[in-house]
Amino acid sequence: MTEISLTNLTFYILSFCIIAGGIFTVSSRNLFHSAVFLVFTLFSVAGMFVMLNAYLLAAIQVLIYVGAVAMLMIFGVMLTTRLADVRLRHVNEQSWPALAICGFFLAFLVYGLWDTPFTVSGVPMPADTAHALGTLLMTKYVLPFEVVSLLLLAALVGAVVIAKKD
Amino acid sequence: MDQVPIGLNHYLMLSGVLFTVGIFGVLTRRNAIAVLMSTELMFNAANIALVAFSRFVTPAALTGQIVAMFTIIVAAAEATVALAIVLLIYRSFKGINVDRINFMKW
Amino acid sequence: MLELRGIIDAIWSFIVGLLAGLGIPQWAIELVGYALIAVVMFGVVAVIVLFLVWWERKVSAKMQDRLGPMRVGWHGIIQTIADAIKLLQKEDITPKAIDFPIHFWAPVVTFVAAFMVYVTVPFGKGLIVSDLSVGVLYIIAITTFTVIGLLMAGWGSNNKYSLLGGFRSAAQVVSYEVPLSLALLGVIMISQTLSLGTIVTQQDNLLKWYVWRQPLGFLIFWIAATAECNRTPFDLPEADSELVAGFVTEYSGMKFAMFFLAEFVNMFTASVVAVTLFFGGWMSPFGPDFGPSWMWFLGKTMFFVFVLMWFRWTYPRLRVDQLMGFAWKVLLPLAFLNILLTGLGIYLFDGLK
Repeated sequence: MTEISLTNLTFYILSFCIIAGGIFTVSSRNLFHSAVFLVFTLFSVAGMFVMLNAYLLAAIQVLIYVGAVAMLMIFGVMLTTRLADVRLRHVNEQSWPALAICGFFLAFLVYGLWDTPFTVSGVPMPADTAHALGTLLMTKYVLPFEVVSLLLLAALVGAVVIAKKD
Repeated sequence: MDQVPIGLNHYLMLSGVLFTVGIFGVLTRRNAIAVLMSTELMFNAANIALVAFSRFVTPAALTGQIVAMFTIIVAAAEATVALAIVLLIYRSFKGINVDRINFMKW
Repeated sequence: MLELRGIIDAIWSFIVGLLAGLGIPQWAIELVGYALIAVVMFGVVAVIVLFLVWWERKVSAKMQDRLGPMRVGWHGIIQTIADAIKLLQKEDITPKAIDFPIHFWAPVVTFVAAFMVYVTVPFGKGLIVSDLSVGVLYIIAITTFTVIGLLMAGWGSNNKYSLLGGFRSAAQVVSYEVPLSLALLGVIMISQTLSLGTIVTQQDNLLKWYVWRQPLGFLIFWIAATAECNRTPFDLPEADSELVAGFVTEYSGMKFAMFFLAEFVNMFTASVVAVTLFFGGWMSPFGPDFGPSWMWFLGKTMFFVFVLMWFRWTYPRLRVDQLMGFAWKVLLPLAFLNILLTGLGIYLFDGLK
């Protein structure tokens, strides 16, 4: 019983961190603050992955997103005029309709998910998912793996071509 | 504290809330980089749902984790190209507020 | 033998007995255990780092034909503690125009990220807090977290020099992270695991050290790791002659001390990863049970820390364009070549297993 309550506590703390971090990310007036809250949110999501026994995914999440967000921060500072000016309007004029739509969407999701019975499998999670994931990537999912590497290469070349000063 | 064990529905609910927050950000923020951050939030919401399904529905097959991994990689590729486009927009419009970008041809 | 694991287990079972005798429930004892582990790890690493600060001063002094700190304790060995107390007592000056929350949290992020690595470091036989199945990836992921702290410091200080320092560090750390991870990939390919504990037990004598099979990988890793911890010749983010002090310009007192200590912790981390992945970790070179394991670990690590210090006091600093060009045009192709060679080697020599 105590095991369950500790898991519950961790889940609720992490959920709170994720949701609060997300809300601050989208609502903060200062873009740099948004980026810092985004890091916080993504880190908490990595914690959630650990709770779900996806250790490899948690490590990848931190590894990839920290670099990505650092770049976002740099671009934010570089390209935004008057970044820290609080008087500047940071949302457009459709925020109230957007809030209504999001509220409706959230209500719809909660209504749909509240007690939908999913067929939960009782099979325990394998302890070392890293090894199994690696094997799967090299056997069953080798084609998507190659396609994704091609996509990354295309994105790399595309980004260079788009951003190049001619 | 209640002793309901944390199940699939809890994770999906969390994912839904995070996704909604992301949508709100995409719909309302003016700054293109803030919009990018909001899409990252939505990607992560989807990933939580995928990994939760993988954990609870098909624990042995790990399909959800594989898909989540691909999502992260595609998100990285997306961020690269999007930042390049933002840079280009900045050069053309001298600003990256998305509501200013209202014509398609120079 | 002088193995510490038995002693630690004995102390822990004594504490558990004591707490259980007081009628404390099992989960609370577990929580106390986690807290104790955290405190002990923090203490051990902090003491090592305090020693390293003194040692760096001594090494630099010897290289410049000076004596270094001599007054406090034997050859000035408790000079660092005196300095730490002085920094603690100093006034914490916060400039007026800073972005306060960012400025405040930046040293905390850097400091905590630097210490979080030690969750999965094997200090000796059985001396590992948690042998994560993704250990190597975890270490790479957490060490890159320092870049967020440095960017926060650069932005939050609201100072041109600090911002430049933060930007330089971001560009540098993100660039050098790529060859660093790819260099470690060679070891991972040979050892077939990401867990640091297993990688150490695989290298149980001198000839099985992975450095013999991965010389190029080690070289790339070592250069990239020097850059990752912002040490000379890659110390552009805090180059005092160009940027005043880079991202630490606006910090004083305890916050400065946190950045300073985090730098030394990162230095120790780089040496720890080098020793664990390439030089057999806590395994002695002459077979599994030759001398206490933690002493081998500390000895090897201290040697690599010394090499880092040696770099710092003998090499000049790179220019920014040289720095980036070196990462992307030299180290990255070499790292790819290393992976190719490793794969070829595995295919040719280990394929029969």
